[in-house]
Formats: sequence, structure tokens, C-alpha cells
Amino acid sequence: MAITFTNVSFAYPSGWRAVDDVSFTVRPGERLAIVGQNGAGKTTTVKLMNGLLKPTSGTVTVDGVTTAERTTASIAATVGYVFQNPDDQIFASTVRDELEYMPRYRKWDDAKRDERVARAARLGGIERYFDSNPNDLPLVIRKFVAIAAVLVGECKYIVLDEPTAGLDRPGQRRLVGLIDQLESEGVSVVTITHDMRFVAQTFTRVIAMANRHIIADGDCASLFASDELLRQASIRRPELAQLVRDLGLSDRAYRLDEIAALIPDNR
Amino acid sequence: MALISMQDVSFTYAYSEAPALSNVSLTLEEGLLYGVIGVNASGKTTLCSLMRGLIPLFHPGTLTGKVEIRGRNLLEWDPAELSRAIGCVFENPFTQISGIKDTVFEEIAFGLENIGVPRDEMIERVLEVVERLGLEALIKKNPNELSGGQRQKVAFAAIVAMDADFIVIDEPTSQLDPEASDAVFEIIGDLRKRGKSIVLVEHKIDLMAQHADRIIVMKDGRVIGEGPTAEIVTSALMDEADVPRPEVTELALALQGAGKAFPSLPITRAEAFAALSSRLGR
Repeated sequence: MAITFTNVSFAYPSGWRAVDDVSFTVRPGERLAIVGQNGAGKTTTVKLMNGLLKPTSGTVTVDGVTTAERTTASIAATVGYVFQNPDDQIFASTVRDELEYMPRYRKWDDAKRDERVARAARLGGIERYFDSNPNDLPLVIRKFVAIAAVLVGECKYIVLDEPTAGLDRPGQRRLVGLIDQLESEGVSVVTITHDMRFVAQTFTRVIAMANRHIIADGDCASLFASDELLRQASIRRPELAQLVRDLGLSDRAYRLDEIAALIPDNR
Repeated sequence: MALISMQDVSFTYAYSEAPALSNVSLTLEEGLLYGVIGVNASGKTTLCSLMRGLIPLFHPGTLTGKVEIRGRNLLEWDPAELSRAIGCVFENPFTQISGIKDTVFEEIAFGLENIGVPRDEMIERVLEVVERLGLEALIKKNPNELSGGQRQKVAFAAIVAMDADFIVIDEPTSQLDPEASDAVFEIIGDLRKRGKSIVLVEHKIDLMAQHADRIIVMKDGRVIGEGPTAEIVTSALMDEADVPRPEVTELALALQGAGKAFPSLPITRAEAFAALSSRLGR
């Protein structure tokens, strides 16, 4: 059981090739960050995971079945995708309708619907906005509405496209809490992000993309150790990792506690 | 004369019961970069809209108190004149892009066209900003086909091209990769050096600590602090407002707790590097 990309390429109808010969696996229950410059192919890659896009060549399989053979709606029950721009996703006129759309579509009974909707709203911290029109809510709240609408389903894989963009610290705490909760339930979380402080604090496995390709797939320490990979992916080390590197203390340390331990006492 | 002076200003949006700004008093001087920090819905964007005249001209609501821009009451400014005097980059690039231009080049030129800049000068100014932001590959594309990050860069370019003396910038890098964020901050730093006045809303506190002269801290629609950057970002106001400190400041505080204190709290990596280099005997 996994999402597996095998030599996947994708070209948009205009001929623009957004992803080129990409192979990797998302295992059950793991959390994975995808980083890289704007236009590197990150969003196209995650849209291939849930069948919003189908590969031009190569195969994507979700739990053993290729996405090319399934409808997007059927894959969406397994792989949830939260759009980068919540306005591309939200369509209902109240938060409640937005969250109840999927249960109604799948004809769940009322008890199951209410339980799943309440849980998703609690995880997203949006209970008090149930009767609001999403269009009247600030962008960051709309982002959590979009996330909660996906959490209602019983997806085994959840993809978050730039969830930290514009997020404040309370929002980021809520997001991390939500990712922790999903992990404890065995759900895989794949997150696209530019925020290296967030990556360093929340993820161990990270895939770096540059120019339509995967250029690195491993732990944070190995990525942060390589000037060349960081340059290619247009990403920066977290501040503290750069500091201890400049001081010649470590190439691989990036967490605050390990870095604090490296700093000697005052003389 | 102050750039902006606000005395006991409160504002409530027409469709809302709670005020978005409460009893704000602030004086902003010319030629400085002011950073505005605070959690979401603390009033940062409302403050920007007010400085820009979008409140109360575009967003209806109840405004009390006194707002002066360059010594003249906000309500006495002609909106067209105000929009030339103050550049403004919105948080959401999807809102800002006009949607009626076929190419990125025309989109960036749109504002200049509106204020009647001569054709040759317009082309020159657009090309200059395109080069500084590295947008060459995009100029023939349709703005509606751009990614979020690309749109954000185009929206920023369009405002830089306008060359206003005072620019209000609301989260210009929220969707940008780190390299592009650095490029945007470099240009903002450049504008600051050329004497522009800038008000910048931004969550990336490390970049803010590096570039801002002064910081305005907001919470629940109130300004709970305003002062020199180093003083503010090392203070307890950051906890009160629930905003992160720069990473090197967090490290220094952790070291303080472990008996390995810095002589003074650093707010940039360069400061932390200098202090630790001498400790390491280099």
C-alpha cells in the first residue's frame, strides 16, 4: 500500500512539460515535504497523486491501482488534495455546506456525517464559523475551511499545497497539531512548502524539486548539508543551520536543541 | 511634517460588529521602513488599507479619530492623487492582477498607462523592473496563466514601476520561494536606501529583523508597541502578540537559559556570527 510514481512525465495541453521522469514512493503514515523553486513542478506532481492530472507517460499507482484507470472522484476518496488557493476549492455558501458536501455525495448516514464533520471542524479550528459564508472569512480561515473539507473524508493520504503561505504562529501551531494527529491515525501527509523553518521543525523526509525533476529525496540534514542541491532548488538553509555552518561547527545540524548544544560556554 | 499621523483612530467594517482597529495612535516619519507584525486578524491589513485611503473610500464602515497623510486629512485627499502618492501591493495577487491585460508586460505597464506616462518612458521603466525581478521569461505570458508565486512577483513589479515615494506592501512574499523572497526584500531594501517610505506587513520575521528600521506590533486591532526593530523583536511584546522571534534570537535566549549567554541578544545571523566567532577565538 503506497502511492508510487514510476518514470512519470506530464505535459500540459499547451505542450509545456511541467514534470519530467519523476519516480518516488509515499509510504503509509509518513510525512513528506516537497520543496523547490516556483515553477519547479511541485503542484503538478501532487495533482498527479490524486488523479486531477493523469501522466503523459509513466505510471502513478495509488494502493496498487494506476490512476489512469480510475476516475478522479474515486481516487479522491483515498487521496485528499487541499488546493494552494482555497478559492479554487471552496464553492458552497456556508462552511457547514462545504464540509457536508462529501458525506452527502457519498450518501453517508447522518450520524457518521455529523461525527466526521465535527471532528474535521475541530481539527481545523473553524467550529465557530459553521454558519458563515466562506467568502466573508479571511484568507487564512478559508485555508482551514479548505483543509477541514478534505479532512471530513477518510483519506489515507492528504496533500497540502502551500498550507503555510501567509500563516501566523497560532495558525502554524494548529497546522502542526493537525499533521501530528493525522500521523497518529496512520494517514500520510504530503506538504508543499517554501518555509524551511517549518520543514526543519516538522518533517524528516524532504523531496527537493528543480526544473521539473526530483534532485534530492532524503532527510533534512542531508539536503541542508549540500550547497549545490540548495542552489539548484532555490532554497535556503534555516537560519541556525547556516549559522553553525558559517562558524564551522557543523554541516548537518539544523534543530535548535542540537545547535544550542554545539555552542561552547563563555570564556 | 510626519508622513502619517493617526490620533485615536478606530474603524469598524460595515458588515462587522467588532472594530477592526481600536484607538490607534501612531506617527510615521518619512524615509523609514516600518514593519507591521501580529497574528492574522490583528488589524495589520486594515491599518494598511487606512494608510492607503482604501478605508473609508472603498471599504465602507465607521471611522473615528483623525488620520493625516503628509499633514493633510485623509478625507481631504483626492483619491486619484492619493493613489499616485502611495503605491500599494495587496496580499492576494489574485485580487491585484487586473485580469484585462493579455501579457505580463502590459499588466506591469497598466498603472503607468493610467497616469499617462509617455510611451518610451513607460517601456523603459517596465523593462527595468522586469530585469531587477528576473521576470524576462514571463513578459509575453498571459497573467491569468501564471502560478501564485509568479503573479505575486508581477503584482510587486507593477507597483515598483509606479515609483511612488511611499509604498504600502502587504505580505509580498507569502507564496514565493526563498530565492524570490530574498529578491523582493533586496528591492525593498533598495527602495528604502533611495529614500522611499515603506510600510511592510510580513510574517517572515528573520527578513523583517534584517531590513526594518522600526516595528509596529498589533494585537486585537490595537497597536501594542512601536519602536526600533532590535528593541521590539527581543522584547516580551513578541510573546504577548504571539509572533515568533528571529531564529538567532530564540537561540540566544535558549543559550541564556543554559548559562551560555550572548553579551546582547542578536536579531540577525550576522550579529550572532560576530558574537560567536569571537567566543570561538576566531
